[in-house]
Amino acid sequence: MKGLTGAYVPGGSPLHRLPAGVKLAGLAVCCTALLLLRPPAALAVAAVVVAALYAVSGVGVTAAWAQVRPVRWFALALFGVQLVVADLSGAVSSTLRVVLAIALAGLVTLTTRTADLMAFLERCLAPARFAGLDPYRLSLLLSLTLRSVPVVAELATRVREAQRARGVERSPRAFAVPLVVGALRHADALGEALAARGLDD
Amino acid sequence: MIRLTDVHVRLGQREVLRGVTATLTERRVGVVGANGSGKSTLARLLNGLVLPSSGGVTVFGLDTRRHAARIRRGVGFLFTDPDAQIVMPTVAEDVAFSLRRKGLPREETERRVRETLERYGLAEHADHPAHHLSGGQKQLLALCSVLVLEPEILVMDEPTTLLDLRHSRQVAGVLRSLPQQVVVVTHDLPLLEDFDRVLVVDQGRIVADADPATAIGHYRKMMA
Repeated sequence: MKGLTGAYVPGGSPLHRLPAGVKLAGLAVCCTALLLLRPPAALAVAAVVVAALYAVSGVGVTAAWAQVRPVRWFALALFGVQLVVADLSGAVSSTLRVVLAIALAGLVTLTTRTADLMAFLERCLAPARFAGLDPYRLSLLLSLTLRSVPVVAELATRVREAQRARGVERSPRAFAVPLVVGALRHADALGEALAARGLDD
Repeated sequence: MIRLTDVHVRLGQREVLRGVTATLTERRVGVVGANGSGKSTLARLLNGLVLPSSGGVTVFGLDTRRHAARIRRGVGFLFTDPDAQIVMPTVAEDVAFSLRRKGLPREETERRVRETLERYGLAEHADHPAHHLSGGQKQLLALCSVLVLEPEILVMDEPTTLLDLRHSRQVAGVLRSLPQQVVVVTHDLPLLEDFDRVLVVDQGRIVADADPATAIGHYRKMMA
């Protein structure tokens, strides 16, 4: 959850000051480069570069680890499978490739405010206007999605607690029904709040 | 000024309000009533979120049926559950969301957001995700997002119901310091003690309309 919305670490590093568009373009270029790098030595250099970028950003070790941590088991499994189907150097490079790409993407979220990302996406989505779509609404939709993740997660926790209190924790239906009802109710309330805050005016 | 003239509201089969007439000019107006009495609907009438099935509501002399957008710019609304009201992922972004239609330069928007957050003690949380705030802080954030637009009237639907004593008191303090007209729907009776006028709603009608002591006395007797 935190990786999605709680990521931004305020700061004044050069990475923080770069426009969101430049960072996203840079991310695309770097990930492509990672795919093209073959020898493990080159990937080791890339790893040093990524570590240096993290150092420049000044987000701290905890924030950095939080970006990679969710994929640690996946990376381990990938390494194991690659070791079997390929060889050691292949396993090292493909695992490193995935982890570094995720670390770089995490670095973008850590140093970019959601509002700036949204503003950039809004500009990119501007051509959608010709298809009859409002770019502002599209980017608002993304913001609302980000905002709703922790809300629905909290709702799920509350429902699970209520189930446990009543001793019906094993029933999937007893979990799903109140969760869906709660989510729909939240959607209603959110719509009302958006209207009150003048979205359609 | 808010004027309701013989307002009926029907939601599906149920008649939620049955002939409400009132003119609200006082600076502090409270509304109390049992669950399901129609008081939340009454609050939503005041900014055009709910439209009367018959009768009329005018705010600033404008009919809510035809000028809902204009009226909503002048009437801020605070909901019970701040989670539904906070629409942006981080604190400062949510306050800035209110200002997006103002066409202000970026620095001016940032300055107003910062000032408002400072005034209500949320400045240090500006860049935090909204879901890291406590319930009381979330309600303050929702209030910031409303007040940054400097509405002429503020309508609150049970603003302290989900708050602990300290945060209820803080919201009450903020409420007292506001220069604008405030209409508060609440179960928090002490909040209304120094109000100018209190309405008691029961089964879709206003059954008492007086100073706080008299109206709350009536309400207590009714609930006994």
